[in-house]
Amino acid sequence: MDVLQPISGIPLLVTTSIKIATMFGVVMLTVAYTTLAERRVSAFIQDRLGPNRVGPFGLLQPIADGLKNLVKEEALPDSASRLYFLLGPMMAMVPALVTFAVVPFAAPLPTPWGVVDMIIADVPIGVLYILALSSLGVYGIVIAGWASNNKYAFLGALRASAQMVSYEVALGLSLIVVLMVAGNVTLTEIVWQQQQLDLWYALPLSLGFLLFVTSAFAETNRLPFDMPEAESELITGFHTEYSAMKFSMFFIAEYSHMLTASALMATLFFGGWDLPGTWDDAFWYDGALIKGFDESGVAIAATPAIWKTLLTFGAFAGKTAFFLLLYIWVRWTLPRFRYDQVMQLGWKVLLPTGLAYVMVIASTMLVLDQIGVPYGFTYGLGLTAVSTVCTVAFVFFLDRGRIIRGAAPRKVKPLVESTVT
Amino acid sequence: MAVTTKVVQRPDPGRTSYLRAALKGMSLTLRHMVNPKTVTQQYPEEQTELSPRWRGTHRMEVHSDGRPKCVACGLCPTVCPANCIRLVGGEDDQGNRYPIVYEIDEFRCIFCGMCQEVCPVEAIHVGRDFENAEYSRDRFVYDLDRLMEVDHPVALLWDPEDPKSE
Repeated sequence: MDVLQPISGIPLLVTTSIKIATMFGVVMLTVAYTTLAERRVSAFIQDRLGPNRVGPFGLLQPIADGLKNLVKEEALPDSASRLYFLLGPMMAMVPALVTFAVVPFAAPLPTPWGVVDMIIADVPIGVLYILALSSLGVYGIVIAGWASNNKYAFLGALRASAQMVSYEVALGLSLIVVLMVAGNVTLTEIVWQQQQLDLWYALPLSLGFLLFVTSAFAETNRLPFDMPEAESELITGFHTEYSAMKFSMFFIAEYSHMLTASALMATLFFGGWDLPGTWDDAFWYDGALIKGFDESGVAIAATPAIWKTLLTFGAFAGKTAFFLLLYIWVRWTLPRFRYDQVMQLGWKVLLPTGLAYVMVIASTMLVLDQIGVPYGFTYGLGLTAVSTVCTVAFVFFLDRGRIIRGAAPRKVKPLVESTVT
Repeated sequence: MAVTTKVVQRPDPGRTSYLRAALKGMSLTLRHMVNPKTVTQQYPEEQTELSPRWRGTHRMEVHSDGRPKCVACGLCPTVCPANCIRLVGGEDDQGNRYPIVYEIDEFRCIFCGMCQEVCPVEAIHVGRDFENAEYSRDRFVYDLDRLMEVDHPVALLWDPEDPKSE
């Protein structure tokens, strides 16, 4: 059984390099095509056609856009702080890309040299690494807004930082429930625990999922939370002064943030690359690749295969694509929140709800552990029941006019018809 | 005219739900997303049918022997509110007046169609055509040759007897 050894030595170096290059390519390509999808889906929603001229169905449009941005003139405002002005786009783009390193994207791949994990870097601090780096992205926005020396850009940057601070808390709280149930912060183990539960966390932790999606929308500065850009109020906010490739880099940063957030939603709450059934389960346990335990607690060896890797990668891509579509779909449906509504939602709704939900899930887990329910499908059903009650309460009672409403509740006058001549 | 204002009552805060309203909106956008019906007109392939009274790029009518119908009476430069017609008239040995220079600056033109209306011999017309893009600005001053060689249909004049052109 020496085939099922993890890959090491020179082959590890080679496969990791290949993985990095491939993932970078795939991420950049996905980002490019997400911009096309954004334009076409928005067009479909508005009963238009969208860009369909460059190539079949407009498929070459992102390439045309990229070339255009490469050859356009780069404007550097006179009053801008040169160093930081150049630093901004880089600071925005790099964190958005590196977070993808810890997301597992397929079942392990067997090769003649050993089993290759389909993750670039399985760092032991997984989720913490993502939280740390994804919020670094706001530095790019703040630096860009400040360095532009433009009032609108500066306002955008301020809003971005305030929003990021507010929603980082809610995001962290919605993740705590996942980490509590999974018992670990590495994303590979979170996927494994979902396979063990025979249930993806979206059901047992439904309210957590709702809170996570909301905070992730705020973190990626997408509508209805696009305070830093707010075209109708701030021109385009922090990147008002940017042109050509530097503008393009902000664009890439925004979309790779979206991609990372979608991949995270898929991984944390929809089982990552997992497909229903135990045939594809695989996890490194005590140096052996296992797919589960039998009744007596003995590990069953996993059977990785190339077709399983490909199929699970397809599953991961599909789930991520769905959440990307959700991002676009929500953007073209909901109007932008007002600034005070954003703050109110973050601090007065998501934070207390998240805290209360953590308490509820913690007590449920305690009760389930005390009455001796093993971690498995029944355990998941117990959590699902409690979470469903929480979600229904949140949607049907807490949401009654409390989540988003006008700045000050005003006395409503009865319907009057005044006549001005 | 009396202006009436209607005060729209805000819903009672206790009876609104953001999440459910958002879901309702998303189902609406989804219906539009999957609905194949679009309002887009695929322009160069699909052309809008122009109204018979559409006033666009000018055209000079010609006699069967290729001479312009214009008799250089000077009415069109006089009536032109945008002052975009330049006309220098001449006379041949039979005493027929003809235009030596006839230029229309399509940039200055406001396409009112008064030149066509005023022309006694129905020589100058505004045409049912709008695709007059050029690569340089000086190409927009149309000289007599260009006005004569275009062949798009010309605009109908407004007829007081038939105000809707039916």
